[in-house]
Amino acid sequence: MNDKKYILGGLLIFIVLFAFPFWFNLGKAAPAPNPVLSEKAKAAGKCVMPTEFMRAEHMKLLGMWRRSVVRHAKREFINPEGKQYTMSLQNTCLNCHDNKAKFCDKCHDYASVDVYCWDCHIDKSKGEE
Amino acid sequence: MNKNYLVSLLAVIGLFVIAWVGSAIGLKWLFGIVIPYAALVVFVAGVWRKVMGWARSPVPFRIPTTCGQQKTMPWIKQAAIENPSTKGGVFVRMLLEILAFRSLFRNTRMKMREGKLSYNLEIFLWVGALAFHYAFLTTLVRHLRFFTEPIPSWVSLIEKVDSFFRVEIMYDPIHFGLPGIYVSGLVLLAAVTYLFLRRLFVRPVRYISLASDYFPLFLIMGIALTGIFMRYFTKVDITSIKELTMGLVTFHWSIPEGIGNLFFVHLFFVSVLLAYFPFSKLMHMGGVFLSPTRNLTANTREVRHVNPWNYPVKVHTYEAYEDEFREKMIEAGLPVEKMPEPKPEEPKEEKE
Repeated sequence: MNDKKYILGGLLIFIVLFAFPFWFNLGKAAPAPNPVLSEKAKAAGKCVMPTEFMRAEHMKLLGMWRRSVVRHAKREFINPEGKQYTMSLQNTCLNCHDNKAKFCDKCHDYASVDVYCWDCHIDKSKGEE
Repeated sequence: MNKNYLVSLLAVIGLFVIAWVGSAIGLKWLFGIVIPYAALVVFVAGVWRKVMGWARSPVPFRIPTTCGQQKTMPWIKQAAIENPSTKGGVFVRMLLEILAFRSLFRNTRMKMREGKLSYNLEIFLWVGALAFHYAFLTTLVRHLRFFTEPIPSWVSLIEKVDSFFRVEIMYDPIHFGLPGIYVSGLVLLAAVTYLFLRRLFVRPVRYISLASDYFPLFLIMGIALTGIFMRYFTKVDITSIKELTMGLVTFHWSIPEGIGNLFFVHLFFVSVLLAYFPFSKLMHMGGVFLSPTRNLTANTREVRHVNPWNYPVKVHTYEAYEDEFREKMIEAGLPVEKMPEPKPEEPKEEKE
């Protein structure tokens, strides 16, 4: 009967809440992050695995490396091209990608990924500053 | 075999194939941009139309279903929430209904036990429904990380709580748990599977289940499965996906390279769910707020509820009737409520 105004109010509240992403981002540009490749990485030209694989599955690779090193003390990694690398975040990955803030954090912050690498590993780029 | 669930399953498989093939032949802009917007428009307009339709429907009388003592004599205790006579009581009742699914908790199952009929509490529908709805809500909220930049802290907080359990299985044939496990996604899949199996194996429930009951279950199962697959098994480039989703909410559209077909299937399933929503039983999301059997005060004896659009009816009351026919009734020997005044005329006649 005279409840129409309450129902309309509730419906409007729902629609405003539902449209949250639209008004929250209003007028903000959200450019895709652009992780900076260091000179060393640019010089090397390729990572231990193809770029598309690294983009999507690096966490899996790092997990496998960790297990291999910590559980089995095996540090050699041979990629499909036959090239050998040492399994080490500190000495292999961070050797090229030497700036956490300019490389790792770019995408992780963008996608709200909370990595726990740095619970144990040291962010060298920070230490030197 | 039952055509109701078979048809629904085939429909969802068909949708999967459509989205997969569509994105594989390069219609990514269609499945990534056009269809999500269309679905969103259909969802909002459809919900609006449905709820406003309900708002127009008259509810002139109190029809609450009650489960306790109505308000009566001061020495009889009232069930203030089960049979609310005040708006406060109704508010608490609705709160419990919406947040805790109280009426599902009353679910019973009839059984013959030693030749006698017995009713047992059947709690699993309630447990399954709670798990399902809250897991779905959590999943929905944590997906805001793809639709906001910067990500609000409360979204990150929910995400952190959701990924509280760290289970990592890292063997050569099977990798699971990196990136971290979200409990809500797994609970959602488990609960929706339970709700489906319940419809399949409990015979009375199967009897009343239609294709429109199975279809949303399969669709949500498909959404959960594609999501879980993308996160834990086949992997996707999450940064590109956020680029796409942020493009949708900021109207700077882009379809970045390297997004797998499975993502478009996931997005298409969600779009179908949104577009299907206003025309289906899923509208119980809005309907639960507007159930007249729940949201009205049970004060039928306290207050006289007059139908508000009653037009004035010309009535001929008994009093008026008797006034009109009193003499004739007395003549015919019928009882009357009001005896006529002691006739002043008779003594006059005697005098004359």
